Amino acid sequence: MIDSTQLWIVILGLGAGSFALRFSFLGIIGKRPLPEWVLRHLRYTAVAVLPGLIAPLVLWPAATGGEPDPARLTAAAVTLLIGITTRNVLAAIFGGAIALYGMMYLLS
Amino acid sequence: MASASSKSAFWKGFKDGAPFLLVVGPFGVLFGVVATEAGLNITETMAFSIMVIAGAAQFTAIQLMVDEAPTLIVLATALAVNLRMAMYSAALTPHLGSAPIWQRACIAYFTVDQSYAVSAAQFEKTPDWTLSQKIAYFFGAVTPVCPMWYVVTWIGAYAGTAIPPEFALDFAIPITFLAIIAPLLRTLPHVLACATSVILALSFAWVPYNLGLLIAALGAMMVGAQAELMLSKKVKP
Repeated sequence: MIDSTQLWIVILGLGAGSFALRFSFLGIIGKRPLPEWVLRHLRYTAVAVLPGLIAPLVLWPAATGGEPDPARLTAAAVTLLIGITTRNVLAAIFGGAIALYGMMYLLS
Repeated sequence: MASASSKSAFWKGFKDGAPFLLVVGPFGVLFGVVATEAGLNITETMAFSIMVIAGAAQFTAIQLMVDEAPTLIVLATALAVNLRMAMYSAALTPHLGSAPIWQRACIAYFTVDQSYAVSAAQFEKTPDWTLSQKIAYFFGAVTPVCPMWYVVTWIGAYAGTAIPPEFALDFAIPITFLAIIAPLLRTLPHVLACATSVILALSFAWVPYNLGLLIAALGAMMVGAQAELMLSKKVKP
Protein backbone atom coordinates (compact mmCIF):
# COMPACT_ATOMS: atom_id res chain seq x y z
CA MET A 1 0.00 0.00 0.00
CA ILE A 2 1.29 3.43 -0.94
CA ASP A 3 1.86 5.74 2.02
CA SER A 4 -0.47 8.73 1.82
CA THR A 5 2.15 11.31 2.86
CA GLN A 6 4.58 10.01 0.24
CA LEU A 7 1.81 10.05 -2.36
CA TRP A 8 0.96 13.72 -1.76
CA ILE A 9 4.63 14.73 -1.76
CA VAL A 10 4.99 12.96 -5.12
CA ILE A 11 1.81 14.51 -6.58
CA LEU A 12 2.75 18.05 -5.52
CA GLY A 13 6.47 17.65 -6.26
CA LEU A 14 5.90 16.08 -9.64
CA GLY A 15 3.28 18.71 -10.47
CA ALA A 16 5.60 21.57 -9.52
CA GLY A 17 8.63 19.97 -11.17
CA SER A 18 6.77 19.23 -14.41
CA PHE A 19 5.50 22.80 -14.52
CA ALA A 20 9.03 24.09 -13.95
CA LEU A 21 10.30 21.99 -16.88
CA ARG A 22 7.50 23.25 -19.13
CA PHE A 23 7.93 26.86 -18.03
CA SER A 24 11.75 26.79 -18.08
CA PHE A 25 12.56 28.16 -21.51
CA LEU A 26 9.23 29.77 -22.30
CA GLY A 27 9.10 31.71 -19.05
CA ILE A 28 12.63 32.36 -17.93
CA ILE A 29 15.26 31.70 -20.54
CA GLY A 30 13.31 33.43 -23.30
CA LYS A 31 14.72 33.36 -26.78
CA ARG A 32 18.30 32.40 -25.96
CA PRO A 33 19.03 29.09 -27.73
CA LEU A 34 19.94 25.91 -25.87
CA PRO A 35 23.40 24.41 -26.34
CA GLU A 36 23.19 21.73 -29.03
CA TRP A 37 24.65 19.02 -26.76
CA VAL A 38 21.84 19.55 -24.22
CA LEU A 39 19.15 19.26 -26.91
CA ARG A 40 20.88 16.18 -28.27
CA HIS A 41 20.62 14.43 -24.89
CA LEU A 42 17.05 15.61 -24.28
CA ARG A 43 15.94 13.99 -27.54
CA TYR A 44 16.57 10.54 -26.01
CA THR A 45 14.90 10.93 -22.62
CA ALA A 46 11.77 8.93 -23.51
CA VAL A 47 13.61 5.96 -25.05
CA ALA A 48 16.19 6.11 -22.24
CA VAL A 49 13.81 5.95 -19.27
CA LEU A 50 10.72 4.00 -20.33
CA PRO A 51 12.36 0.79 -21.68
CA GLY A 52 14.43 0.44 -18.49
CA LEU A 53 11.33 0.97 -16.38
CA ILE A 54 9.34 -1.82 -17.99
CA ALA A 55 12.07 -4.37 -18.82
CA PRO A 56 11.99 -5.93 -15.31
CA LEU A 57 8.16 -5.82 -15.29
CA VAL A 58 8.12 -7.82 -18.52
CA LEU A 59 10.77 -10.38 -17.52
CA TRP A 60 9.99 -10.73 -13.82
CA PRO A 61 6.31 -9.83 -13.26
CA ALA A 62 5.28 -9.48 -9.62
CA ALA A 63 1.91 -11.12 -10.39
CA THR A 64 3.67 -14.45 -11.05
CA GLY A 65 6.06 -14.08 -8.11
CA GLY A 66 8.86 -12.83 -10.35
CA GLU A 67 8.86 -15.91 -12.61
CA PRO A 68 8.97 -15.22 -16.39
CA ASP A 69 5.47 -15.80 -17.74
CA PRO A 70 4.84 -16.96 -21.34
CA ALA A 71 1.54 -15.04 -21.63
CA ARG A 72 3.11 -11.74 -20.57
CA LEU A 73 6.25 -12.28 -22.69
CA THR A 74 4.11 -12.99 -25.76
CA ALA A 75 1.93 -9.95 -25.09
CA ALA A 76 5.03 -7.75 -24.80
CA ALA A 77 6.49 -9.09 -28.06
CA VAL A 78 3.19 -8.63 -29.93
CA THR A 79 2.78 -5.07 -28.62
CA LEU A 80 6.31 -4.12 -29.67
CA LEU A 81 5.93 -5.72 -33.09
CA ILE A 82 2.60 -4.02 -33.86
CA GLY A 83 3.94 -0.72 -32.52
CA ILE A 84 7.03 -0.84 -34.74
CA THR A 85 5.20 -1.93 -37.89
CA THR A 86 2.07 0.26 -37.64
CA ARG A 87 3.46 3.17 -35.52
CA ASN A 88 -0.03 3.22 -34.04
CA VAL A 89 -0.08 3.34 -30.22
CA LEU A 90 -3.70 2.25 -29.85
CA ALA A 91 -3.38 -0.67 -32.28
CA ALA A 92 -0.33 -1.86 -30.32
CA ILE A 93 -2.14 -1.62 -26.96
CA PHE A 94 -5.18 -3.53 -28.24
CA GLY A 95 -3.00 -6.12 -29.99
CA GLY A 96 -0.99 -6.65 -26.80
CA ALA A 97 -4.13 -6.98 -24.70
CA ILE A 98 -5.63 -9.54 -27.11
CA ALA A 99 -2.35 -11.51 -27.08
CA LEU A 100 -2.25 -11.42 -23.26
CA TYR A 101 -5.82 -12.64 -22.77
CA GLY A 102 -5.52 -15.13 -25.64
CA MET A 103 -2.39 -16.69 -24.17
CA MET A 104 -3.82 -16.71 -20.63
CA TYR A 105 -6.91 -18.51 -21.98
CA LEU A 106 -4.84 -21.04 -23.97
CA LEU A 107 -2.49 -21.76 -21.07
CA SER A 108 -5.12 -22.02 -18.36
CA MET B 1 -9.88 41.11 -38.83
CA ALA B 2 -7.27 40.05 -36.30
CA SER B 3 -9.87 38.52 -34.01
CA ALA B 4 -11.57 36.76 -36.91
CA SER B 5 -8.28 35.16 -37.97
CA SER B 6 -7.49 34.20 -34.36
CA LYS B 7 -10.86 32.50 -34.26
CA SER B 8 -10.10 30.47 -37.35
CA ALA B 9 -6.64 29.61 -35.96
CA PHE B 10 -8.33 28.35 -32.77
CA TRP B 11 -10.63 26.05 -34.73
CA LYS B 12 -7.79 24.83 -36.90
CA GLY B 13 -5.94 23.89 -33.70
CA PHE B 14 -9.06 22.24 -32.35
CA LYS B 15 -9.43 20.17 -35.51
CA ASP B 16 -5.74 19.16 -35.45
CA GLY B 17 -5.86 18.24 -31.76
CA ALA B 18 -9.13 16.27 -31.87
CA PRO B 19 -7.74 12.99 -33.34
CA PHE B 20 -5.53 12.63 -30.25
CA LEU B 21 -8.69 11.91 -28.26
CA LEU B 22 -8.35 8.36 -29.55
CA VAL B 23 -5.01 8.03 -27.73
CA VAL B 24 -5.65 10.23 -24.70
CA GLY B 25 -9.05 8.66 -23.94
CA PRO B 26 -7.99 5.04 -23.36
CA PHE B 27 -4.64 6.13 -21.84
CA GLY B 28 -6.40 8.28 -19.24
CA VAL B 29 -8.93 5.56 -18.41
CA LEU B 30 -6.01 3.20 -17.94
CA PHE B 31 -4.28 5.63 -15.58
CA GLY B 32 -7.45 5.89 -13.51
CA VAL B 33 -7.69 2.10 -13.36
CA VAL B 34 -4.01 1.54 -12.51
CA ALA B 35 -4.01 4.27 -9.84
CA THR B 36 -7.10 2.78 -8.24
CA GLU B 37 -5.52 -0.69 -8.32
CA ALA B 38 -2.50 0.79 -6.53
CA GLY B 39 -4.81 1.96 -3.75
CA LEU B 40 -5.34 5.64 -4.62
CA ASN B 41 -8.79 7.11 -3.98
CA ILE B 42 -10.65 9.30 -6.47
CA THR B 43 -9.35 12.59 -5.04
CA GLU B 44 -5.73 11.41 -5.14
CA THR B 45 -6.10 10.01 -8.66
CA MET B 46 -7.70 13.22 -9.94
CA ALA B 47 -5.10 15.40 -8.18
CA PHE B 48 -2.43 13.41 -10.01
CA SER B 49 -3.94 13.99 -13.46
CA ILE B 50 -4.73 17.67 -12.82
CA MET B 51 -1.41 18.62 -11.17
CA VAL B 52 0.92 16.59 -13.37
CA ILE B 53 -1.03 16.26 -16.66
CA ALA B 54 1.59 13.91 -18.18
CA GLY B 55 0.56 10.27 -18.55
CA ALA B 56 3.94 8.55 -18.83
CA ALA B 57 5.36 10.33 -15.76
CA GLN B 58 2.20 9.55 -13.79
CA PHE B 59 2.43 5.83 -14.64
CA THR B 60 6.13 5.85 -13.75
CA ALA B 61 5.49 7.44 -10.35
CA ILE B 62 2.69 4.99 -9.50
CA GLN B 63 4.79 1.98 -10.53
CA LEU B 64 7.78 3.09 -8.43
CA MET B 65 5.60 3.80 -5.39
CA VAL B 66 4.05 0.32 -5.72
CA ASP B 67 7.65 -0.99 -5.76
CA GLU B 68 8.20 0.97 -2.51
CA ALA B 69 10.94 3.18 -3.94
CA PRO B 70 11.95 6.17 -1.76
CA THR B 71 10.19 9.46 -2.48
CA LEU B 72 13.28 11.19 -3.92
CA ILE B 73 13.85 8.36 -6.39
CA VAL B 74 10.18 8.43 -7.45
CA LEU B 75 10.40 12.17 -8.09
CA ALA B 76 13.76 12.04 -9.87
CA THR B 77 12.75 9.19 -12.18
CA ALA B 78 9.29 10.56 -13.04
CA LEU B 79 10.79 14.01 -13.69
CA ALA B 80 13.40 12.37 -15.93
CA VAL B 81 10.50 10.98 -17.98
CA ASN B 82 9.22 14.56 -18.25
CA LEU B 83 12.56 16.09 -19.28
CA ARG B 84 11.22 16.17 -22.83
CA MET B 85 8.85 18.93 -21.67
CA ALA B 86 11.87 21.22 -21.32
CA MET B 87 12.69 20.45 -24.94
CA TYR B 88 9.10 21.32 -25.95
CA SER B 89 9.35 24.52 -23.94
CA ALA B 90 12.55 25.44 -25.76
CA ALA B 91 10.98 24.65 -29.12
CA LEU B 92 7.86 26.76 -28.50
CA THR B 93 9.76 29.75 -27.11
CA PRO B 94 10.69 31.39 -30.45
CA HIS B 95 6.97 31.39 -31.40
CA LEU B 96 5.22 32.14 -28.13
CA GLY B 97 8.00 33.69 -26.01
CA SER B 98 6.74 37.27 -26.45
CA ALA B 99 3.29 36.56 -24.95
CA PRO B 100 2.47 38.12 -21.55
CA ILE B 101 3.83 36.17 -18.60
CA TRP B 102 0.42 34.88 -17.42
CA GLN B 103 -0.32 33.52 -20.89
CA ARG B 104 3.11 31.87 -21.00
CA ALA B 105 2.33 30.26 -17.63
CA CYS B 106 -0.96 28.88 -19.01
CA ILE B 107 0.82 27.66 -22.16
CA ALA B 108 3.46 25.98 -19.98
CA TYR B 109 0.84 24.14 -17.92
CA PHE B 110 -0.83 22.85 -21.11
CA THR B 111 2.42 21.89 -22.86
CA VAL B 112 1.85 18.17 -23.45
CA ASP B 113 3.04 15.78 -26.18
CA GLN B 114 0.00 16.47 -28.35
CA SER B 115 -0.26 20.26 -28.06
CA TYR B 116 3.49 20.56 -28.66
CA ALA B 117 3.49 18.20 -31.65
CA VAL B 118 0.71 19.89 -33.63
CA SER B 119 1.80 23.44 -32.70
CA ALA B 120 5.46 22.93 -33.61
CA ALA B 121 4.42 21.46 -36.97
CA GLN B 122 1.90 24.24 -37.65
CA PHE B 123 4.22 27.14 -36.66
CA GLU B 124 6.89 25.77 -39.02
CA LYS B 125 4.36 25.85 -41.85
CA THR B 126 2.98 29.35 -41.10
CA PRO B 127 5.83 31.45 -39.66
CA ASP B 128 4.01 34.64 -40.73
CA TRP B 129 1.16 34.04 -38.26
CA THR B 130 0.75 36.73 -35.61
CA LEU B 131 1.38 35.98 -31.94
CA SER B 132 -2.37 35.99 -31.20
CA GLN B 133 -3.02 33.53 -34.03
CA LYS B 134 -0.32 31.20 -32.71
CA ILE B 135 -1.67 31.40 -29.16
CA ALA B 136 -5.22 30.80 -30.42
CA TYR B 137 -4.02 27.76 -32.37
CA PHE B 138 -2.17 26.34 -29.33
CA PHE B 139 -5.23 26.64 -27.09
CA GLY B 140 -7.40 25.27 -29.87
CA ALA B 141 -5.26 22.13 -29.90
CA VAL B 142 -5.37 21.93 -26.08
CA THR B 143 -9.17 22.22 -25.85
CA PRO B 144 -10.19 18.73 -27.00
CA VAL B 145 -7.20 17.00 -25.35
CA CYS B 146 -6.57 18.29 -21.82
CA PRO B 147 -10.08 18.56 -20.31
CA MET B 148 -10.72 15.05 -21.65
CA TRP B 149 -7.63 13.84 -19.75
CA TYR B 150 -9.34 14.74 -16.45
CA VAL B 151 -12.69 13.23 -17.49
CA VAL B 152 -11.28 9.88 -18.62
CA THR B 153 -9.05 9.63 -15.52
CA TRP B 154 -12.20 9.98 -13.44
CA ILE B 155 -14.00 7.31 -15.50
CA GLY B 156 -11.05 4.94 -15.09
CA ALA B 157 -10.87 5.56 -11.34
CA TYR B 158 -14.54 4.62 -11.00
CA ALA B 159 -14.28 1.62 -13.32
CA GLY B 160 -11.03 0.43 -11.72
CA THR B 161 -12.63 -0.66 -8.46
CA ALA B 162 -14.92 -2.99 -10.43
CA ILE B 163 -12.23 -4.90 -12.35
CA PRO B 164 -11.24 -8.31 -10.86
CA PRO B 165 -7.56 -9.49 -10.70
CA GLU B 166 -8.06 -12.21 -13.37
CA PHE B 167 -7.85 -9.42 -15.95
CA ALA B 168 -4.09 -9.17 -15.28
CA LEU B 169 -4.18 -5.38 -15.11
CA ASP B 170 -0.67 -5.51 -13.65
CA PHE B 171 0.42 -5.78 -17.26
CA ALA B 172 -1.44 -2.67 -18.44
CA ILE B 173 1.60 -0.45 -17.73
CA PRO B 174 4.17 -2.56 -19.63
CA ILE B 175 1.85 -2.91 -22.64
CA THR B 176 1.05 0.80 -22.72
CA PHE B 177 4.69 1.82 -22.44
CA LEU B 178 5.80 -0.69 -25.08
CA ALA B 179 3.14 0.76 -27.37
CA ILE B 180 4.50 4.28 -26.72
CA ILE B 181 8.14 3.29 -27.16
CA ALA B 182 7.80 1.24 -30.37
CA PRO B 183 6.91 4.15 -32.71
CA LEU B 184 9.76 6.19 -31.18
CA LEU B 185 12.35 3.68 -32.44
CA ARG B 186 12.64 5.46 -35.78
CA THR B 187 16.41 6.02 -35.94
CA LEU B 188 19.46 3.91 -35.07
CA PRO B 189 20.43 6.17 -32.10
CA HIS B 190 16.90 5.73 -30.67
CA VAL B 191 17.19 1.94 -31.01
CA LEU B 192 20.63 1.95 -29.37
CA ALA B 193 19.44 4.16 -26.52
CA CYS B 194 16.47 1.83 -25.96
CA ALA B 195 18.68 -1.29 -25.94
CA THR B 196 21.14 0.37 -23.54
CA SER B 197 18.30 1.31 -21.22
CA VAL B 198 17.00 -2.28 -21.10
CA ILE B 199 20.44 -3.88 -20.62
CA LEU B 200 21.58 -1.44 -17.93
CA ALA B 201 18.24 -1.52 -16.08
CA LEU B 202 18.33 -5.32 -15.92
CA SER B 203 22.01 -5.48 -14.93
CA PHE B 204 21.60 -2.81 -12.25
CA ALA B 205 18.28 -4.14 -10.94
CA TRP B 206 20.12 -5.14 -7.74
CA VAL B 207 21.05 -1.52 -6.90
CA PRO B 208 18.92 -0.36 -3.93
CA TYR B 209 16.25 2.39 -4.07
CA ASN B 210 15.56 1.76 -7.79
CA LEU B 211 18.68 3.82 -8.53
CA GLY B 212 19.50 1.30 -11.26
CA LEU B 213 16.85 2.85 -13.49
CA LEU B 214 18.37 6.32 -13.17
CA ILE B 215 21.81 4.89 -14.03
CA ALA B 216 20.28 3.12 -17.04
CA ALA B 217 18.49 6.27 -18.19
CA LEU B 218 21.61 8.44 -17.99
CA GLY B 219 23.70 5.83 -19.79
CA ALA B 220 21.06 5.40 -22.50
CA MET B 221 20.77 9.16 -23.11
CA MET B 222 24.54 9.40 -23.52
CA VAL B 223 24.60 6.42 -25.92
CA GLY B 224 21.78 7.95 -28.00
CA ALA B 225 23.45 11.37 -28.14
CA GLN B 226 26.88 9.92 -28.97
CA ALA B 227 25.47 7.65 -31.68
CA GLU B 228 23.67 10.61 -33.24
CA LEU B 229 26.88 12.64 -33.20
CA MET B 230 28.93 9.86 -34.79
CA LEU B 231 26.32 9.17 -37.48
CA SER B 232 26.05 12.88 -38.39
CA LYS B 233 29.86 13.13 -38.68
CA LYS B 234 29.88 10.15 -41.00
CA VAL B 235 27.29 11.74 -43.28
CA LYS B 236 29.23 14.98 -43.63
CA PRO B 237 31.92 15.00 -46.39
